[in-house]
Amino acid sequence: MENLTQCIKLKGIGASPGIVIGHCQLHDPGHIKLPYYYIFSLEGIEFEQDRFIQAVDVVERHIKDVISEIPDEILHHSDMFHAQLAMLKDKMLFEKTLEAIALDGINAEWALEDVFAKIKRSFLQIKDPFFRERLKDVEYVVKLIFDVLTDAATMDFAAKKDAAFILVAHDLTPVDTVRLRPDKVLAVVTDMGSRTSHTAILARSIGIPAVVGLEAVSELVNDDTLLVVDGLTGDVFINPDEGLIRRYVEKQDCYISHSARVATDSHLPACTRDGFTLEIKANIEMVDELPSLLINGAEGVGLLRTEVMYVAKKELPTEDELFVSYKVMLQRIAPLPITIRTLDIGGDKLASSVNFGAEINPALGLRAVRFCLKEQGLFQAQLRAILKASAFGDVRLMIPMISGKGEIMAVKIILDEVKEDLLKQGIAFNHDMKLGIMIEVPSAVMIADVLAKEVDFFSIGTNDLIQYALAIDRGNEFVAHLYDPFHPAIVRMLKRIVQAGHDAGIPVSMCGEMAGEPLYVPFLVGLGLDELSMTPTVIPRIKRIIRTLDKTQCGSLSEAIINASCIRETYELLEDFLAKYLPEDRELIQSLCKIS
Amino acid sequence: MMVVEQDIVIKNKLGLHARPASRFAQLACSFESDIKLMKNSIAVDGKSILEVLTLACPAGSHLKIIATGQDAKQAAEALGSLVASGFNECD
Repeated sequence: MENLTQCIKLKGIGASPGIVIGHCQLHDPGHIKLPYYYIFSLEGIEFEQDRFIQAVDVVERHIKDVISEIPDEILHHSDMFHAQLAMLKDKMLFEKTLEAIALDGINAEWALEDVFAKIKRSFLQIKDPFFRERLKDVEYVVKLIFDVLTDAATMDFAAKKDAAFILVAHDLTPVDTVRLRPDKVLAVVTDMGSRTSHTAILARSIGIPAVVGLEAVSELVNDDTLLVVDGLTGDVFINPDEGLIRRYVEKQDCYISHSARVATDSHLPACTRDGFTLEIKANIEMVDELPSLLINGAEGVGLLRTEVMYVAKKELPTEDELFVSYKVMLQRIAPLPITIRTLDIGGDKLASSVNFGAEINPALGLRAVRFCLKEQGLFQAQLRAILKASAFGDVRLMIPMISGKGEIMAVKIILDEVKEDLLKQGIAFNHDMKLGIMIEVPSAVMIADVLAKEVDFFSIGTNDLIQYALAIDRGNEFVAHLYDPFHPAIVRMLKRIVQAGHDAGIPVSMCGEMAGEPLYVPFLVGLGLDELSMTPTVIPRIKRIIRTLDKTQCGSLSEAIINASCIRETYELLEDFLAKYLPEDRELIQSLCKIS
Repeated sequence: MMVVEQDIVIKNKLGLHARPASRFAQLACSFESDIKLMKNSIAVDGKSILEVLTLACPAGSHLKIIATGQDAKQAAEALGSLVASGFNECD
């Protein structure tokens, strides 16, 4: 039977880097078989009540332990645990269960199940989803009590098996996540979650590889199913065949030796052999990513995404909240610079109760700077927060999705008004804060020379640029294969942007995914980009590749690629270049290529 | 038996969600009096975080605290000022 297993590839979100090959363990706290029995004696009832009280005590200690283990970085997450503690001893739960044991003469599990069913009913009647969702916390607390009562091992799932395993779960609660033990859990794989969910944050901070957002992985595996988990790319393979395992063992070796080298050379500058230096920065969105940024040798933040504070809560963030978060980050990485990108989503993505309405085609709709220019109050608050933070470190302001000169002029007017207000109020800010724009709309590429005269820097957002220029939705499986950064039209656009920027004397950086892909590095160096910004974990590899390159040779490569007529030709030119100048790295680059 | 009623308006942005509800219930528990929280003629036990949560009170909700017992006056006052402070949500 076992030979009939089929290798399944799943694509999720690489939330914490690392490669793991191993057997999995399902975390499935929902499937505990509960015992039901009547109790006929007074002593029996007292015993059951006592058992329940003790179970609640154990859970209480457990949650308190968890709170004390929470790293300072995410201490604000502890609110939830305090609320859970209160729920645990709540009358509606605690006393009602004791009552049910006595009145109905039933065992603790049964009584708790009945009581919880009642609580569930009252929560499900709530119309406001924000309050209804708190049922999850109650549900979690109840599950913990069941676990203790039924002596289920799930409570200590992190230590359940002797051998280390890959933990597979539908979703992990913050409590589960905080209990993860790096010596037992090789990797974490979940159906739910995003790069900013608590699972991802915790996994990164304790260094366990993780892939989240896999949708249905927990339904596709059993305990002890063999898995390959790639936390770098977000790929997960169920029942991998021998060839695949061998490839991944190699990739794992590469990654491990790469990680070992990181410590020794990540801080070195990305300087080519002929003395041309690129600045290498990181794309991040949360303060918890700063340690990883520093370890990996980033020279600043090239792209701080600011959307998370707008989507995490029901209310729009206040100017003060934004200011404090920017200020904290600046102080943490001073004297390194941070480029803050203003809000880059549309109203439909905001969690806010303010209803901005839905659009048929949001990618071409009211989003990013367009949205900000319409909702000026929201935009002003963010600009004020950024300006105020500029008094505490090196901040650069970056406006996304500029498509014409009118938009940047409108931004400048608002920015000047905000500055004037701050001046009047005597609030300190950096009067010379640099203002730059993302070049990610094809129209901006065509008038890059015009835009370059209005701003202090360009940053190329390749993800959107490629999508808009090639008319490809990457999320659409029927056309996704046509999405290619090495399309001759794209490489020519990149050339045009860099040229326009340099003609006007402003630096040009790239913060799209293309900047962090080793394969394209020689071309990007050849183009003359001044700065690359990427996911922190790929920085050491990119820096090392740049140190082995020669700018003049890369320049010739770029010229040739720009003159190529089709995608195949661009890749052939690149392959020849790698074979000639980087024979040692070629293997790594090609193996990465094959797999991804 | 003393009965004290006090009208309150939820000021904090997130309303009586998990953390404020647990603080409300905890404070309520520190008094001997029976504490009811009433919204649109539905009354729940103010000492139970779960009951307070199920009342679903977003910002702007008009509620009534009904304290019954010896320390009813102190209880109503203390709970009223906790709500009025907005649960110091901005900290």
